[in-house]
Amino acid sequence: MPAATYHTLSFAEEISNEMYATGTRGLNCCIQCATCSAACPAVAFMDHTPRRLIGMINAGLRDDVLNSNTFWTCASCYSCSEHCPKGIRPSELMYALKRYSIWKNRYRADLVGPEFSRLFVKTIMRTGKSYEPGYAPAFIFEGGLRGMLREMRFGMKLLAKGRIPLLPSRIMRVESFRRMLSRIVPLDGIA
Amino acid sequence: MKRYAYFPGCSAETVSASYHLSAVEAGTRLGVEFEEIEDWNCCGATPYTNIDELLAHALCARNLAIAEREHLDVVAPCSACFKNLYHTNACLRAEPDLADHMNYALEADALRFDGTIAVRHLIHVFVEDVGLEAVRRKVTHPLTGVRVAPYYGCQLVRPDRHDGYDAAAPRYFEDLLAATGATPVDYPYRLRCCGASLMIANRPAALAMVRDLLRSAVQAQADVIATTCPLCQLNLEAYQGDVNREFGTEYRVPVLYFTQLMGLAMGIGRKKLGIGRELIPPTKVLECVARKAAAAEAPKTAEVSHP
Repeated sequence: MPAATYHTLSFAEEISNEMYATGTRGLNCCIQCATCSAACPAVAFMDHTPRRLIGMINAGLRDDVLNSNTFWTCASCYSCSEHCPKGIRPSELMYALKRYSIWKNRYRADLVGPEFSRLFVKTIMRTGKSYEPGYAPAFIFEGGLRGMLREMRFGMKLLAKGRIPLLPSRIMRVESFRRMLSRIVPLDGIA
Repeated sequence: MKRYAYFPGCSAETVSASYHLSAVEAGTRLGVEFEEIEDWNCCGATPYTNIDELLAHALCARNLAIAEREHLDVVAPCSACFKNLYHTNACLRAEPDLADHMNYALEADALRFDGTIAVRHLIHVFVEDVGLEAVRRKVTHPLTGVRVAPYYGCQLVRPDRHDGYDAAAPRYFEDLLAATGATPVDYPYRLRCCGASLMIANRPAALAMVRDLLRSAVQAQADVIATTCPLCQLNLEAYQGDVNREFGTEYRVPVLYFTQLMGLAMGIGRKKLGIGRELIPPTKVLECVARKAAAAEAPKTAEVSHP
């Protein structure tokens, strides 16, 4: 063995690091039992099952993983984490991959999830509260004008029952709320 | 009077106003006071964790810190809000460094997190703190013969809650429904996810997930699905038309909040429970309540014997 080698993180290590804060067991203890895949209610819509995705990460198939729709198809129901016999929390892995792919700006162009997440976060940054009609651009992104019209028809049904807010609601101390968040992400004028 | 710091969640103001109304009404009837957390903010739902974990924690930490000032446990009616607030509370308690980081941020809003309070879901308060016996005693219009599918959903029972409670095979929702006089049906999909925000991010997947839940409820011959979460309610009720179009089905299953069923059984007026805002009217439930009300008002011609 050479006395000193510079160790570059493997893809699997990079991703495991993204999951560090969540207290999950490392991906390297996966036994490929596929309990996660069996427990997943959205698995039929994933191009790779959660088990396979973990195998791909451990094999260093970075491009294939980042080109996958699997993690953006996760609904965050935590069923996999509930059942994994090795204490891995695949749902946290899916969050980690979403963050990783946004940071690296490497995700499939046909996915709605990244844009929707950005819109949602921006809305809360601005007002402190969620505002459903504000996410309409995500629908345009997904279904074009037809998608937008479909959502408007849907919205009208709810509107008739008084279940759609006409104006965004906001918290009272928005300024100090933003100052608080800017202590986490030190950017000026994040909103 | 038990008091709690109540976290309504963004949907309570509009899309799930009936949940909010019926929770407060049912609580009042059962001697529980929900004091709204002053100037609460969004819990971050799932998109925040998609972007940044620390930001997600900061949003929840602010709400927890405001509730801590009042020394009251937090109650969330929404399963997603509950899960997020519970998760942040647990993480900050377990990791002093993380709590320090959050407290540095909270200082900007003159707040502090010390981890002195618990986070509860509304249904746990009714089942564990109020108790089924107390609910039973308040029932004046038992929902006899109404078959209800107890839909727990996913985030209500997910693994971050490590306080000795059964997440794999819970029974408390069934028990609560039985306390209202209703018949809880055996609902195999009761712990399956409704698709949540996939309704935006991946419509075909979410519609298939809703279809599975509706099919399971129909097979169990449920008259109504009872939910504990605004997002579950919205996905299951408002997208039935889309499900029917997509899959050629003809589902028309009403979806009510469990607090609305509790309220009806306790004789609270429909309007006070937000009933009338549904897209699919819960006819069978309302007929049952109307029958009970008529029977109570009718002159007593014969003494009913209670063996």
